[in-house]
This record gives sequence, structure tokens and C-alpha cells, in this order.
Amino acid sequence: MSERTIFDLGRPGRRAAAQHPARGDLGDLPRGHLRGAPPALPEVSELQAVRHYTNLSAKNFAIDNRFYPLGSCTMKYNPRGAHRAAGLPGFLNRHPLAPDALSQGFLSCLYELQETLKTVTGMAGVSLAPMAGAQGEFAGVAMIRAYHDARGDAERREIIVPSAAHGTNPATATMCGYRAREVAVGAEGDVDIAELKQALGPQTAGIMLTNPSTCGVFERRILEIADRVHEAGGLLYYDGANLNAILGKARPGDMGFDVAHLNLHKTFATPHGGGGPGAGPVAVGERLLAHLPMPFVLRDAAGGGYRWADERDCPASIGRLSAFMGNAGILLRALAYARMLGREGMRRVGEYATLNANYLMVRLAAAGFELAYPERRASHEFLVTFRGEAKALGITAMDVAKRLLDYGCHAPTTYFPLLVPECFLIEPTETETKEELDAFVDAMVRIKAEAERDPKLVQSAPHTLPVTRLDEVRAARELKLTNRA
Amino acid sequence: MSDTPAELRYAASHEWAQLGEDGIVTVGISDFAQDALGDVVYVELPEPEAAFVAGEEIAVVESVKAASDIYAPVAGTVVAVNADLEDAPETVNADPYGRGWFFKIEPLDPGQLDDLLSAEAYDAQCESEGEA
Amino acid sequence: MPFIPHTPEDTEAMLAAIGAPSLDALFDEIDPALKDPDLSAIPKGVDEMTMLADMAERARRDETGPCFLGAGCYDHHIPAAVWDIAGRGEFLTAYTPYQAEASQGTLQLIYEYQSMMTALTGTEVSNASVYDGGSGLGEAVLMAVRARRRAPARRVAVAGACHPHYLAAASTITRNQGIAIDAPCVGADGTADLDALAAAGPAAAVIVQQPNFYGALEPVDEIARWAAQAGALLIAVVNPMALGVLKPPGDWGDDGADIVCGDGQPLGIPMASGGPSFGFLCTRERFVRQLPGRIVGRTVDRAGRTGYTLTLQAREQHIRRAKATSNICTNQGLLVTAATIYLALMGGEGLRRTASACHARTRELVAALAAVDGVRQRFAAPFFHECVLDIGQPADAVAAALARRGIVGGLPLGRFDPELANCLLVCATEKRTAADIDAFAAAMSEALR
Repeated sequence: MSERTIFDLGRPGRRAAAQHPARGDLGDLPRGHLRGAPPALPEVSELQAVRHYTNLSAKNFAIDNRFYPLGSCTMKYNPRGAHRAAGLPGFLNRHPLAPDALSQGFLSCLYELQETLKTVTGMAGVSLAPMAGAQGEFAGVAMIRAYHDARGDAERREIIVPSAAHGTNPATATMCGYRAREVAVGAEGDVDIAELKQALGPQTAGIMLTNPSTCGVFERRILEIADRVHEAGGLLYYDGANLNAILGKARPGDMGFDVAHLNLHKTFATPHGGGGPGAGPVAVGERLLAHLPMPFVLRDAAGGGYRWADERDCPASIGRLSAFMGNAGILLRALAYARMLGREGMRRVGEYATLNANYLMVRLAAAGFELAYPERRASHEFLVTFRGEAKALGITAMDVAKRLLDYGCHAPTTYFPLLVPECFLIEPTETETKEELDAFVDAMVRIKAEAERDPKLVQSAPHTLPVTRLDEVRAARELKLTNRA
Repeated sequence: MSDTPAELRYAASHEWAQLGEDGIVTVGISDFAQDALGDVVYVELPEPEAAFVAGEEIAVVESVKAASDIYAPVAGTVVAVNADLEDAPETVNADPYGRGWFFKIEPLDPGQLDDLLSAEAYDAQCESEGEA
Repeated sequence: MPFIPHTPEDTEAMLAAIGAPSLDALFDEIDPALKDPDLSAIPKGVDEMTMLADMAERARRDETGPCFLGAGCYDHHIPAAVWDIAGRGEFLTAYTPYQAEASQGTLQLIYEYQSMMTALTGTEVSNASVYDGGSGLGEAVLMAVRARRRAPARRVAVAGACHPHYLAAASTITRNQGIAIDAPCVGADGTADLDALAAAGPAAAVIVQQPNFYGALEPVDEIARWAAQAGALLIAVVNPMALGVLKPPGDWGDDGADIVCGDGQPLGIPMASGGPSFGFLCTRERFVRQLPGRIVGRTVDRAGRTGYTLTLQAREQHIRRAKATSNICTNQGLLVTAATIYLALMGGEGLRRTASACHARTRELVAALAAVDGVRQRFAAPFFHECVLDIGQPADAVAAALARRGIVGGLPLGRFDPELANCLLVCATEKRTAADIDAFAAAMSEALR
């Protein structure tokens, strides 16, 4: 039963008739424009569709049904109130190109979110246009390029990224027509300053940094890095992937960054939706204000109405990133969340996310797990390495991850960053209870015992899910991407 | 321990090259490289008659966990590609120095093969990579 | 503390376990100069009830009468079941299906989505979606240029009227890689000018939107044949609802379009100010490795059971880094979930009925408005569910007058083309009733007086 697709459930001629309007006349359209046969879509009843997709949903792990400590993804509770707010009819039924006069409620929300994000990042201006973190990165680096180009500084062709960076960083540099140049990360997780100094030069357009870094630690010499990069004529881009760790406690603008993106689906608790939508607003310092992507919301000087800024307001903008104005519904959720937190609540996010991570880290270390950076404070996440288990028992990080699924817990991020072998990147978030963290430690301790006693049990996990490990080699070699393949 | 035939030349980027009696150079990837990649799922081959300089990206080999560029070990023109790899990429794992060859190049200067590594030198490089 | 479960005892016990004297001590690696910034510009927090009341008051200000605006975002009926199911926490609060065994729901759904989108567009493969139609066109252009990397030019031509915001977004995304997207070649009838296209010289790819920005139907067979003969890849931008009745891009000309993209909003996604929605991206199997973004494949598990997994990941940024096909990480999973449920409920017949009803309502709308003194249809080409009307006076002012009557009366086109300053682009979906159309015609008549 469970393996059947929606197509398998259909019968010719069956349909969800309550959803289908009466046919309209197409007689005026030239025949050559019309489709011969209707598209081969499922032919099912409404109940069949509802039951099928309800049953599929039950096969997903989600924050709503369990602990989900996926490092670098900030899987925290997504408040239902924020969801409700974004679904209000006035917002849901608003056309993106509706006249400003009929949009003052929506525009006021966006303006307020822009102001809030300016304050929490310590920046001078915000555009909410980017639709995801990766698009925020793109916008950020494209602005850096627009800045250098506008100054006729065409020799700057390199973007520096730490070796531990998210893959999106070098991929973004390439999309912006830059070369990515890697610098090493030292033994304690900070950027290797000596190597950075060597990498900097007249060819440097900028540097992309995540802080706290992807190693789960704060970049301690950030002020020095900012000075060095600025001295070399480059700009600093802040990857907001880990902003949850320092929300309300420290700001990228104060650290010397020229541009930052925020992942609202992480830091501002909007739902991840099975892989999107997100939102990746960008905040910039004075130098990049003129290059902000469009559109964004302006408020009339008199303190009156709100309106969109467009091509006429910002001729030096890098331009549009989408057909309309980005993922508006996500922006509304983020504002609703920010309203409920307030300034004091934002500071608590950073504090309790860090508390939970450090607590979990010391408990796992005490239980005999090896930390990648034992001398350091955790940020909102930390790295455990299973290199010892891999060598001694033949148990890999992937094996432990799969066995955790049997214990009803989503696995942490595995094998990232690439420079730490056999690693878990663990991010509990501030919305989890102490009991949940303790239960995670218990599960890890039990898995360790299983690995010592019966390694096959762990190597062949999971045992309790709809499928066991899938043949990825076959998936890639035989490519069955549709029901007709 | 990987197999490294002594009669071939090797690039630091893990391609092997063999100069045939007809003056044509056959290129593939080493046993060490196929083992590091794991199960090969796809090989993107160059277009016949395309010209490349030494060190230029010429093909891509892909496994589930990685995709690696293949660089032209010598300058020249592609005269043949191994079309069998399209349907059977696993041949690269099974027989890297035989049926798993990638393409053949007519070299501009066969002397460029001398710039490549010997089997011994290549083994030494792999050993240090393995430790890193 | 909103959304933080710690009791004072919890906090104390946890700090003790860590060996830290206070919460603030956890930040002792941060330079003191950077710590505890001034956040006083952010208001104090409020409870959910207060927040909702405030948001509801703002949302109420934006409620309008019937919407006759389209231009890439359409007011269709959404079956109640779509968001009842898509909004389940198991879909809403999951993340990217990296752990396949714990994500079979999302993975199988994406596989079904890929199957549906390829059926709808007449193509062989689909990815799991990109952000939206505009940025999706940018990805399609990058893909075409990659697939044609030995083409003589990094130039992309535009056949006919393509949405100006789509072209703007695509240009932002591709410009820094030295790719130039030409101005659209549009003839007097509002569709592609093939002579101008041919005169512009060699291009790596040609973009055509069907129905085009003006709602008109482009001569897609001719354009497809022209592109094939010119050695350019054909990128089709299509409205998925229109494909309920229009010829799928896979059937255009002799060999079909090479890359098909567009926005999925008409498939069960509320207008919601234009987002989130999703972009679809489909192509021929031989270009699958140039396709950016997530792709799901069917395979088997160790016990031989059918299962689904992300595949072809070696193209993606987390493995390929600087050489990835794109920096894109996610798809628009939740919107794809809604669209998949929508397409299951509609089926081929439901989609055909809805699309044909949109067309019929728009014909009625155009007839009713053209009966108003001073209003005429601007272009002669056949249209699907949008049409450009010349109203004989500056359209911006007329649209504002309509807005004062609560009617979202179409898009004034002067901001895109000064020659069309007296023109409105109007749209009717299956939701517009005869009464809505009469009210619009009456308001238009008053506004023009």
C-alpha cells in the first residue's frame, strides 16, 4: 500500500468534481495553440488525495513531532500565531502589484520588519527581497561587486572564504563572476590570520564569513580581520546562517561587516516547509546602501504613507531578484515573531540557544564523546567527531545518525564542515527543554553501547522506519525521476 | 594498496596517460582515484575533435558523494571517447586502466608526457595524500 | 519567556553542569566592545492575542473588492483540502530531506510533483522547484549558457513580450557572468517580431513566454523552429494553468522547447503579495546534469522496497562548491506540496475546465469593457486570460480612480513602455462572476467620464 503513488490510485474518468468549474468555450482560439490530449495527471477522488497525502505526511520527521537538532539549520519551534497572522485574508488575497493606496497595512508591516532587522544587525539599510539564504548571499556579493565596479575598481576578482564555509559561499562567488579563494581554519576553529594576510591584496573584492563559524565557535579576532580586509580595500560579507547564536547579544554591523544576510527561517522561526520557503533579507552599511536589491519599502518623510522604492528611487541597485517582492508570507511571519519576542526576547534567544548547546556539549563530552574543539565555548551548536569509533569499531557518523532515527530523534548535520572527519554538527536551539536534551544524551550513550556490543545493529540502522538505507548509487545511475521513467 | 602500472604516466590530478604506437595518447583515471571517488555514476566526456591545452578541464567524473574534473594531461585534439561509459560508468571502478579509459588525444607534442609523473612518483604522492 | 521552556531551576542546573556562573559568561569569548548592543529601537514584546489584533487591523486595511490584476499572479480558487493537508505540521515543520529514511513523505511527494510537471509541460525531467518564476528564468538562462558553453555568444534573445520583472530578475542573476539578455523583439500585434529576432545575430538561447506578458498567444511553433535552425536553445516561460488547454512546450515546433520554466502560483498558491510561490524548471533528460537545485529519484532500499532519495547531488553547492550549477540550496518545498495536492485534485480534466473557464470569463470581461466608450482592445493577437486595453487616457490615473472604488482594476503599462501609457493589462480568472464584471465595467465607465 505504502509504495503506491497518487498515479497508481487513479482510474480513468474519476475526478474530484466539487473542484471543477463548468467548461468555458475555447472556440475562438486557433487550434494550433491547443493541447491535443489533457495532461496525464492523476484521476482520483478528493478523499483519495486527502488520504494519500495525509499518509505521506506521517512518514516525515518534523519539529512538530520530535527533536530535530540539525546543525546550522536552527530547527526551532515555529509559532502558530505567526502562521495565523500571515494567513489573514487581507494579506493572503493581496495582489503583489496592487496599488500602494490599497496596501498600506502590508507595507507598514514590511517597513517595521526592515527597521527591526536594521537594529538587530546594526546596519544602515535593509532589503527584504532575497527569497532564501543563498539568494541573500548572492545579493550581498553582487552588491560588493557593484560597489567596486562603480568605483572603477575592476581588478578585484577574488572572494576569500574559509575552508569550513558552507558550499553556498564559493558557489555564490562564482555566480557573481568572482574566483573563490580558500583560507585555512586553525586548530581552535578560528580563521588562520597569517594565511588570511597572505591572501589579501589588490585582487581582493571581499571575504565571506559566518560568525559564529560553521565550526560552532565565535571568530574571536573578528575586529582584526575586519581591519585587515578593509585596509586591503575589500568588503566583509556576513553569512547569517548562525545569527541565532548571538541574536541580541552582538551585531554584525558592530563587528565591521559591510553586508549581512539573515535566514528568517532560522533565526526568526519561520517554518522550513520540507525545504523552503525561506527568506534571506540583506542588511548593509552606508557603503552599500545605494546598491540594495529592489523592491523595498519607503516611508514618506512626513511620517505618512508607505510606498515601494523602485528603479527610479535607486538607479544603482543591483536590481530585482524575483518577479515581485520575495517571500512576503515569510516576512509577515518573521515580523509576527519579532513582535512577540520584543527586544528582551531577542536577547534571550541568543542566550538560551547558547545555554542549550553548551549544556548538551558538556554532557556528551562527559559521556565519552570526542569534541572537535574541546577548549572552546560552544556557540549555538558544536561539533562531535566519531573518528575514534570509526577506527576502533567501524562505526561511522552516518551509522550513528541512522540509529538515532530509530530512537525517534532526527539526526544532527553529518559530515559538515568537511575539515572535521566523521562529524556531527549539533544544534539544539533555545526552544527545547532540558529533558529533551537529556533524552538525546541517553540515546547517544545507548547507541555507543550498541556499537561496542553489536556493531552490525548500528551499521544496518534504521530498523523502524518505512524504508532502510536506500541505494543511492542505483538512484544516480538509473535515474528514475518520474513515474514514466 | 592501489595498482599503479609502471608503463603509464600520471598527472598529479590523478589521470593516467599512455602513448600508443600510433602516436595517440589514451587517458583515464588511476586506481587510487576511482577508489577514492567510490561508485562512479556518471562520466561527462569531451566532444570529439575538440582541442585542449594541457591542464584544461576536459571531462567530469561523478560519484554519489563527489564530482571531480578531469584535466587534459597533454595538449591536443580529442580523436575518440569511450562511449561505453555512458551506459556503464561502473567500468571505471572495475577496470580503470583497461575498459574504463575516458578518451584519446592526438598530442601536439608527445614530449609533454615527460612532464607527467612516473608510477613511482605518483605512488609517493598518493601515499602522502592518504596520510593527510 | 515566549518560546523558551526553561524554568529558573533548569537554567541554574544547566549553568552548573557547564561550570559557568551566568548566562552572560557563555559569551566570554566575544570582545566586550561588541557585547550587548542597544536594541531600544525595537518595541517590547507582546502576547499572541495582542500581536494578532494588531496584524488583523493592518490586514483589514488591505482588503479589496474583486481583483482583475494578473501579470504573473492570479486569483484562482484554491480547494479547501489543499492547505488543510499542506499545512500539516509534518509537512510544514520538516526540513530538506537529507535523511531519506525519515523523509519519505516529502521525497515521494516531490517525485509525484516531478511526474506531474513533466506531464503538464511535455518534458522529460523536472527539478524539485526553485524560488519563483522570475529567478527561475535566471537559472534557466544560466543552464542554457552552460549547456551551450561552446556557443559563439553569451547573448540571450527574447522573442515577444516577456514579463519585464522576469527579465529584470534574470538579468540581475546572470549579468555578473558576462551574459547579456536582449530587449524583447515585439511586433505591432503584441507578439514576437521574428524578423527583428533574426537580424539581431547569433544567440546561445531564445526566451519566449506563452501566454506572453500581454496575455497574447505567441506563434510558438514558428519560434521553436527558428531557434532550432539558428542553433539556439529555446527557453519557454509558461503559465501552468494555461497548459490545461494550451499546447505543451515539449510539443512546440518539431522538437519542442529545451528548457521550460515558470511560476507555480496558479496551482493552489494564494497571491499573498507574490510570495512565497515556486518556480518550476523542466528540461530534456540529456540536460539533467545542467539542471540546478534538488532532484528526487526512485530507487530501492536494502530490503528491495521502493523508496525515494535526493539524487545527482554532485551538481550541488554542498559538494561541488565553487563549481556547482547554482548556489541554490532549497526548493520551495511547502508550495510544491500545495501544488502537488492541487494537481491531484484537479487532474487533467479539472485543469482543462479551470483554464477554459478563465478564458471564457476574460472574453466576457473584454467584451464588457470594450463596450465602454473610449475603451478598445490594443492588440489583435488571440489571448488566454489576460488582455491589454487602450482606455484613451493615462492608465495610472484611471487605476487609482478604480482603486478608490475598491477595485483592483488591472496593471497600468506606462511604467514599462511609455507607448502604452494609456493601456491597462486586465485579467479574469474562473473566480470572477458576471456581477464582478458588471461592477468593473460600471466603475470603468465612471472613471473615464
